[in-house]
Amino acid sequence: MWDLTSTALDTAKLRGATYADARSMHIRQRDLTTKNGAVGTLAQSESIGIGIRVLANGAWGFASTDKLTREGVSTCAAQAVSIAKASALAKRCDVKMVPENAYIDSWQAPLRKDPFEIPLESQLDLLLKADAAMRKVKGVTLTETDMQFRKIDCWYASSIGSRIHQRKVISGGGIVATSFKGTEIQKRSYPNSFGGQYQLAGYELIESLDLLRHAPRVAEESVALHSALQCPEKTGTLLLDGSQLGLQIHESVGHPIELDRVLGQEANFAGTSFLTLDKLNNLQYGSEIVNVVADARLEHGPGLGTFAYDDEGVPAQYTDVIKDGQFRGYLSSREMAQLVGLSRSSGTMRTESWNRLPIIRMTNVSLLPGSWDYDDLIADTQDGILMETNRSWSIDDRRYQFQFSTEIGWEIKGGKKVRMLKNPSYSGITTEFWNSCDAISKLSHWTLWGTPNCGKGQPMQTMGTGHGASPSRFRDVRIGTAFANQ
Amino acid sequence: MKPAPKSRNSSNQASAKAAELFPERELRRIVATVLRLAKSTAAEETEVHVDEVADALTRFANNAIHQNVAEQGLTVSIRTVADGRTARATTNRIDEDSLRAAIEASLSLAHSQPKDPRLLSMLAKQRYRRVNRFVKPTAALSAEERARAVRRACDLAVKNGQVAAGIYSTGQSQSAMGNSRGLFASYRETHSEFSITVQEGPAASWAKANSADVRAFDSQKLAVRASEKAHLAVDSRELAPGRYTVILEPSAVLDLVGFLFYDFAATALEDKRSCLNDRMGKQLFGQNITITDDAYHALQLGAPFDGEGLPRQKVLLVDRGIPRNLVYSRAAAKAAGKQPTGHGFALPNEYGEAPMNLVFTGGDSSVDKMVASTDRGLLVTRLWYIREVDPYEKVMTGMTRDGLFLVENGRVTGAVRNFRFNQSLIEMLNNVELLGPAVRATGEEAFEMVVPAMKVHNFHFSEVTKF
Repeated sequence: MWDLTSTALDTAKLRGATYADARSMHIRQRDLTTKNGAVGTLAQSESIGIGIRVLANGAWGFASTDKLTREGVSTCAAQAVSIAKASALAKRCDVKMVPENAYIDSWQAPLRKDPFEIPLESQLDLLLKADAAMRKVKGVTLTETDMQFRKIDCWYASSIGSRIHQRKVISGGGIVATSFKGTEIQKRSYPNSFGGQYQLAGYELIESLDLLRHAPRVAEESVALHSALQCPEKTGTLLLDGSQLGLQIHESVGHPIELDRVLGQEANFAGTSFLTLDKLNNLQYGSEIVNVVADARLEHGPGLGTFAYDDEGVPAQYTDVIKDGQFRGYLSSREMAQLVGLSRSSGTMRTESWNRLPIIRMTNVSLLPGSWDYDDLIADTQDGILMETNRSWSIDDRRYQFQFSTEIGWEIKGGKKVRMLKNPSYSGITTEFWNSCDAISKLSHWTLWGTPNCGKGQPMQTMGTGHGASPSRFRDVRIGTAFANQ
Repeated sequence: MKPAPKSRNSSNQASAKAAELFPERELRRIVATVLRLAKSTAAEETEVHVDEVADALTRFANNAIHQNVAEQGLTVSIRTVADGRTARATTNRIDEDSLRAAIEASLSLAHSQPKDPRLLSMLAKQRYRRVNRFVKPTAALSAEERARAVRRACDLAVKNGQVAAGIYSTGQSQSAMGNSRGLFASYRETHSEFSITVQEGPAASWAKANSADVRAFDSQKLAVRASEKAHLAVDSRELAPGRYTVILEPSAVLDLVGFLFYDFAATALEDKRSCLNDRMGKQLFGQNITITDDAYHALQLGAPFDGEGLPRQKVLLVDRGIPRNLVYSRAAAKAAGKQPTGHGFALPNEYGEAPMNLVFTGGDSSVDKMVASTDRGLLVTRLWYIREVDPYEKVMTGMTRDGLFLVENGRVTGAVRNFRFNQSLIEMLNNVELLGPAVRATGEEAFEMVVPAMKVHNFHFSEVTKF
C-alpha cells in the first residue's frame, strides 16, 4: 500500500500540487439481522481503494479510484490536480493550513475478540434466541435484531512526510420489539434505538450487552405502552437517560461546534451554527456543572470517535468544549484553524471511506460525569418525567431549536418512579436547555454511547461518533410538545 | 490472478474531464465470470449484481469553491443459494481470485443459518421495457465547466452583497444483474444537480434542480431565484405558532410526502408497521390525492427492473384519496396470494420492497395562483430535519428553512422567522385545497419524486426558533 500512496504523492507533486495526502483504505463489513424469528440480512462486503487530496494553484482537488495499480493511482492523482486547478477558477483566496508535524506510526485499536473470527452460527444463534424471547410476549407484532461489524485499515501518507497505518474494528448490535394495536405503533429497543450500541471494540461488546436478559423486558414494555397514560403537555422537570442525552449532546453541542459549519461551508446542506466566533469564551452555554469535551484519545474510552490520528494526519486530542458552563472550543481542521487564528488543528478531520474527502466530524463529544448517584437523583425529584431511548430527533439548521421524542417515559412523584408514560417528547432552545441542567449522575452511571449514523457532507458521508453521558436532570423544560394539538 | 480490464481512464494525461464507464460488454463479462466460477462450488443458484459509478461534485461556500471531488468505482455483489439458504457477499475487486473468494464467502454465510422456507428459486430470463436516461452532455461535463458555472453564481452573490454556497454535481452510473437461470438486465443513467443557498445577513434562501439532463436546468436562473428570495427574507418577523394555511413549494411537499413511500410496501403491512394497516380501501386522504408508482414516467430516473430482476410495473397506489394497491416483492406476493409488482429489494433483506418512483397527480393551479388566492398564510420554500413522531398517524416534525414568507391579501408581504411543525401527513393530505402541476422535485430529506406544489389549510406549527 505504501508504494501506491507514494505513487499518488509523487504524481501529484509532478503535476503541480503544493500539498498532497493519500488514504488507501480496506474496509470489511458484516451485517446480520433477524426479523420475526427468521434471518433477514446476511451479508458481508469489502471495499478497497485510494483517495487523493491535493492543493494546486491554491485550491483543493480530490479524486478517488478502486484501480490500485501504479497506472490507476497515477491517473487518479493527476485527476485530483486537474480538479484543484479547476477549483482555482472560482477561488477568492489561496488555501492555507496551520503547520503540523510529520508522523510515522502504526496503531491498532485494542480489542479482545475479533468479531470476524467468531463463528457466524453463534452470532446468528444469539440473535435468533433474543428474537424468540421477544416473540414469546403476547401483543408483540414485530421483532428485530441486528449486529454489524466493520474492520477498517487505513494507510495515510502526506507530502509533509507522514506515513500512518491505523486499524480499527467497530462492533454494534441491538434488539427491537414493536407492538401494533388499535391506532398505535409502540416500540422498545435495547440498548439503544436505531441499531443498538456501537463502540470501537470487538465481539466483547456484544457479549457485554446481555441481549437475552433484556429481550423479555423490552417486549413487555412495547406492549404495556398501549395501556400507559399519554405524556402530559407542560413545562416541568425532565430527566434523560444516558442514551437520549448522548443524542442531545450530538445535536445541540457536537454539530454547532464544527468550525466548517460556523464558517459557512455547510450552509447549503447540513446548515450553519449559532456559535459564531464572537461567542468563543463569551457564552454561558450551560449551567456551571456542565462540562463537555471532545476527546479522540483512547484514554476517553473505545468510542466511535476514538483514533490515534485523524484523516489529515493530526494526532488525536482532547479539547474543552464547555468548561464549567462556558463555551471554550470548536472542532477544527488544519485549514479551519488557520482561518480563525488557531495555532493547531484539533484533529477532527475524518472520512467515511477511501472515496470520500475528509471533513470536520465529531470525535467523542461527551458530557463529563457529575456527582449524583442515580437513585439519589430520582429520590431528589419531587415531580418530573424520565425519558428513555430516542424515538425521533430534529433540530433547526443553526442548532437553536430542537425537539426529541423517546420510546418510553416514567412519571416521577415524590422521589419515586410511579408509572409509565407513552409518547413522551420535549423541546427547547439549546442554550436555555443546557443552562437548566441541575444534576448529572456520576461516573458509575456514565456510558460512552455510539452514534453510527451521523450524516454530513456532499456527497453524503456517514460517520460514527461517540458521546459519553450519564442520566441527568433539567428544569423548566417544555414537555409533550410533539403530540400537543394533534 | 487474471489481470483487471484496462482502466477506463488509461491515459496518464492530467485531465479534469468526466470519467467514462465500462462498456456494457465488460459488465456482461464480469457476470459471466462469476457464474462460471460458481459452477465449481456448492452453489445451486448464483446471482450477480455489478454496479459502477463515476461521479463528480463541485462544492462552494463563501462565494468560492472549497471542495471539488471525483470518484469512480465498481462493485460486484454475489448471492448464492445452497440447500434452501441464501446470503450475499460484495467486493470491489474484480480479479478472479477475489471473485472466487466472494462466492465462497457468500456460501459460507448461507450455510451458517437455518433454511428459509420463504426463499424462492431465482427468476429466469425476463423482458424489460427500454428506458433512455443516459444523456451524453451530462456525462461529458468537465470540472472546468462546473467551476465556471459556480463562478458565475458566486459573482452574482458578490455583486448583490450576498454569500452563496451550494453544489454542482454531474455523474453517471450503470448496473447489471445476471443469474445462473439465464436472467440478464442492465441499465445506465446520468444525473446532474445544482443546489444553491444564498445568504444575506441572517436571511437565506435556496433553489435546487436535479435531472438526468444537465441542460434541463439553468444554474444561473436558480442562483438568481435564490438571490432574490434571500433579499426578500431579510427583516423577518416573529409570528405566534399555531395553525396556518401554507403554500408548500414542490420541494417542501416532496420532503414531507416522501416519508410515505415505505408504507405502501406489502411487507410493511405484514409487519404491521405501515400507517395503511386496517386502512386499505378506505377514504384516507382527500379526493384530490392520487398517487402512482411509475418508473417509466418521463420525469423519473431509475432502472426498469427491481433488485430481484423483475420488470417494474406501474402501480396505482392511491386513487382519489383511497389506498387501493400495494407493491410486492416475489416473497411478499406469494405470502399474500398476489402477483409481484417489480419493487423488491436485492435479497436477502428484511424490508421486502418499496415504491421508488412515486408520482402524484397534479392540478391546474400554481404557486402564484395559490398566493393570489390566500388571505393569510405562509409560503414555504423548504423543510428541514423531518422525522417521524407517530408512525401510525404519520405525524412528522421538522423545521422550515431558507425562506418562510407571510402571504396577506393575495401577495407576499414579508419574511417570517422559521417554525417547527408537528403535522400528520394523513391530516395534511385531507386538507389540500389546490395543487400545481406535478414536477420532478428535489429536496434533502426524500429521494426525488414527481409532486406538485400544494396549498394546505390548518398546517400545524408548534414552536418558533430564533431566526
